[in-house]
Amino acid sequence: MKPLLEVKNITMKFGSLVANENVSFAIHDNEIVSLIGPNGAGKTTLFNCITGFYRPLGGRVAYRGRDITGMACYEICKLGITRTFQIVKTLNEMTVEENVMTGAFLHTRSRKEAAAITEEILDLTALVRKKDIPGANLTIADRKRVEIARALATKPRILMLDECMAGLNRTEIKDVMNLCLRLKEQGLSLLIVEHIMEAIMPISDNVVVLNAGKKITEGMPQDVVNNEEVIKAYLGDRYHAKSKKS
Amino acid sequence: MVKNKKTLIILTAVLALLPLITQTKAVLNAFILLLIFATLGEAWNLITGFAGQTSFGHAAFFGIGAYTSAVIFYRCGVTPWLGMILGGIIASVIAAVMSYPCFRLKGHYFAIATLAVAEIIKQVFVSWSYVEGATGISIPIIHRSSGFGRRLFYLQFSDKLPWVYICLALFTAVIFLSSYLENSKMGYYLKAIRESHEVAEAIGINPTNYKLYAMIISAFISALCGSIYAQYILYIDPFMMFSLDISMKIVLLTVLGGIGNIYGPIIGAAIFIPLSEFTRIKLGGSGTGIDLMIYGLLIVLITCFRPKGVIGIAEKAAEKFRGKKTGGGGSIEAAS
Repeated sequence: MKPLLEVKNITMKFGSLVANENVSFAIHDNEIVSLIGPNGAGKTTLFNCITGFYRPLGGRVAYRGRDITGMACYEICKLGITRTFQIVKTLNEMTVEENVMTGAFLHTRSRKEAAAITEEILDLTALVRKKDIPGANLTIADRKRVEIARALATKPRILMLDECMAGLNRTEIKDVMNLCLRLKEQGLSLLIVEHIMEAIMPISDNVVVLNAGKKITEGMPQDVVNNEEVIKAYLGDRYHAKSKKS
Repeated sequence: MVKNKKTLIILTAVLALLPLITQTKAVLNAFILLLIFATLGEAWNLITGFAGQTSFGHAAFFGIGAYTSAVIFYRCGVTPWLGMILGGIIASVIAAVMSYPCFRLKGHYFAIATLAVAEIIKQVFVSWSYVEGATGISIPIIHRSSGFGRRLFYLQFSDKLPWVYICLALFTAVIFLSSYLENSKMGYYLKAIRESHEVAEAIGINPTNYKLYAMIISAFISALCGSIYAQYILYIDPFMMFSLDISMKIVLLTVLGGIGNIYGPIIGAAIFIPLSEFTRIKLGGSGTGIDLMIYGLLIVLITCFRPKGVIGIAEKAAEKFRGKKTGGGGSIEAAS
């Protein structure tokens, strides 16, 4: 099957710092792919390269066979790839409803249509009760939810979530997990950057592990967690040796 | 939105009836200036209040509008109505050409750039002999016995009442346009751009294009105001039309009334213009500047205590009133 999104040999440097080196992976239709790795592994940079916020120094990104490397991010969004931000960027002076509505206007001029999309998304993300609260007054959990809702309102084929669960409590994480699964049911593909393993592993179809800018492995969740390289990357050599003994 | 329309219609009706109370020349004069500046404030609000791009150079568009209609009337005898439209178009084109590169700048730097652009345009007009340079243009007066039709055609009236209604018509059109834009795709997009450039781009908005649209509309409206102002006072020169004073008046009265709110400019103008006109009349030559002192104090107080302007105070009061009615339910909701 032809992949929906193909990332090939992406390389990105900031000065002499290599943030991504020859990273390749693919996202297929109706698939949840997660991107994990220790802090500073280059996950967000990769995100930015895919969504057009950065222009990668080398490699290419193809969406449905079309080269989108270096396209402006608003154009990439129009094609069907929408992202959220790790540091949530709620539109503070707008209400939750208006936040989502702004996203909903992407494929329509009509206020009525946008309102219909907004209502549907608010319902899906369980924000209906909070729709009149200004962005500035939201809790972090709700902000993250709004972030996802606003992205969803643009009706993407691929939704890219950048650490949308960090800082949430168990119930809230559970909610986001369920939402991800529901979106997959609806036919979306998701690319998720996340640190919380117990949340990401059960829902992922494919896990890509980055360390120091390089992809160290990729595969089914259960295989990845037992991979030596991955354990080493997360725990360091010393602890790795211990875990081997036990 | 329906509720909004109702408020707007009531507002317009009240404004239309105001001149019937008194026909004193000074009062009507203040009323005309008030409407012109409220319209300018609405125009400025589009680019700064909604899109968040602070412009300190709106006098440039105002002046271009004034000069276009005045020059083609003075040189070729063409009706100012046509000049007004032409002025709007020229101002829009200049706005687009000037702001396209300036939109690469963010925040204060954009504001400084607009200030510079306005100053450049002023200098061009000062040294341009075809438009009489620094001497300015006295708009030719049509014959005293002209009938109303001819007066309307050449936009010169012997009394002030027609001016009130022309300005009111323009203001009404502009505030309805603002209200429409605010609730349309463009309004949402402009506000998203104001709040976060990155979010805007991430949800498929091309920020440069939308800022450009807002600037073009804003410049067009400002130019219309300029044409009307020129015909109203019948004399223009570059120092008056392109002055920083006018740019600042537009900025400050909108900030005073409430930036980013369609009622802000009219409220601000309703406070500021009468204040400046009547202190000027009452205190005469010795009192020039008193209005600015009072006004300066108001601005300082507003920006310190109520950054959302007078409209912010009104909203807060309304909230309190509503809160009392529902037993404070509203505030609990907001807190949760």
